[in-house]
Amino acid sequence: MALLPMFPELLKQLFRTPATNTFPAKYLPPSVTGFLEKVGAGQAALVPPVPTPPKFRGKIEYQRDGCIGCSLCVKVCPSNAIELLEETKRIRIWVDQCIFCSQCTDICPKGGLRMTDAFLLADEDRYSENLIVE
Amino acid sequence: MSGEKKAPYIVPIGPTHPALKEPVMFTFEMDGEVIRDVDFAPGQTHRGIEWMGMRRNPVQIVHLTDRICGICGVSHTLAFSRAVEQVAGIEVPERADYIRTIIAEFERIQSHLLWAGVAAHELGFDSLLHLTWRVREQSMDVIENLTGNRVNYALVQVGGVRRDIVPEQHRIIEDCLSTYEGLLGKLLDLFLHDKTIAMRCRNIGFLSRDDALKLCTVGPTARASGVNVDLRQDYPYCAYGDLDIRAILPDQHLGETRGDVYDRIVVRLLEVGQSCGIVRQCLSEMPAGEITAEPKLAKLLAICKKARGEAIGRVEAPRGECFHYVMMDGKESPVAWKVKASSYSNLMSWIPMLKGEQIADIPIVVASIDPCLSCTDRVAVVRGGSRSILSKDDLHRLSVEKTRRMQQ
Repeated sequence: MALLPMFPELLKQLFRTPATNTFPAKYLPPSVTGFLEKVGAGQAALVPPVPTPPKFRGKIEYQRDGCIGCSLCVKVCPSNAIELLEETKRIRIWVDQCIFCSQCTDICPKGGLRMTDAFLLADEDRYSENLIVE
Repeated sequence: MSGEKKAPYIVPIGPTHPALKEPVMFTFEMDGEVIRDVDFAPGQTHRGIEWMGMRRNPVQIVHLTDRICGICGVSHTLAFSRAVEQVAGIEVPERADYIRTIIAEFERIQSHLLWAGVAAHELGFDSLLHLTWRVREQSMDVIENLTGNRVNYALVQVGGVRRDIVPEQHRIIEDCLSTYEGLLGKLLDLFLHDKTIAMRCRNIGFLSRDDALKLCTVGPTARASGVNVDLRQDYPYCAYGDLDIRAILPDQHLGETRGDVYDRIVVRLLEVGQSCGIVRQCLSEMPAGEITAEPKLAKLLAICKKARGEAIGRVEAPRGECFHYVMMDGKESPVAWKVKASSYSNLMSWIPMLKGEQIADIPIVVASIDPCLSCTDRVAVVRGGSRSILSKDDLHRLSVEKTRRMQQ
């Protein structure tokens, strides 16, 4: 097999388990949202996703109580996803605009912003409650 | 055939290709299957990133530069940061330089493996594509572990890096490096000793050394034509000055330089091995200390705001030299910011490469300079007034058919 070095590799591959993690189910369900509802109701089992790495940058968590309204996070947000609400001196984060750079969590003097592990943020409505943190 | 002159067939490709970093419009003059002349018009899609940058401060722009290219995010961030650091007179701590080097080399590893897979795919060798991309996953996992994300790393910041490499991560990196060093021989065997790949890549897409110099090609494309250029060797930045780096040329492996697609595969695969060595060396020699010159971001912003002057940042990206020009004028945002990605320098080399080749060779030759994948989304073939559209799938099919024909 001097000229077809790939051939033995392919034969070996036949007996290996596939490298792909079949999240959320082994076979694509007709409706993913329907499938997830079923999982929620306990009728179907979810193939777990690949675990997130340490210090993963997911959806932002905001602790409103510690916030002093210094608006430093607004200043460093590259995508202008953070808005300072003038009347309450608190911020509102539009997660649909967020690019998950974690710069706001770095600059916050009170440590009130944190990146969570949440990454399943797809939504049909960009103004849905799931995508606004305040 | 009598001496009558026929008008050449014109095959336009482009202009918009979502997968391309820099969408281009190709016009091929065909004589039957053979390409007589090529013309192309770059600059079809202008995203206005520089415009966006001039309304933001450097700390924000760094994350914007991450998104110029999904594959070489570190290179752009690094080039921009280095430009700003020169303007503002910020001295980067040594440890940060080493971490920057490590992540830049990991980026090179994953980018070259990605390219190798794409090249195999363009030849119709999809099993090799899947194998290469499977082994690429390990480098992506390491990058994910070091930075927090698979792409858009957000690791480099003006003045240093944002995350340290802790001792627990050394083991993960070491695992990955030894896997790749073990795999490299196998990958070289799979790519270089395969009859199909040799048939389709040897003596295809020539770029002579003179042309490579004249057209100012950079990176692996230039090195595959025998031009000894590598910014890491010629203009060391970050930790490269401490390391002994020599540009990889195809004659080191094959004993000769032809400047064809095959040589470009050789250069890129060997660079994966070189990068593994660099990462290993960096890990063992990494000094202790700070990872950023200014940990307080508010202070960093104030420093950048005071900065006046102009500077360029140059970085050897996986595809070649990446160049950022920044001019600051004592304001929050830069007055001018110019980005020149490496593919821009390499695009002109398509013309000498494609002349004399066949339509079925377009995918592999176009991909051989690594212009970020599928250039050939849609092709319109005009034949005597009747018009038909060749999609990327059709071109791919033509390419596969050519391989089959040559095998018979």
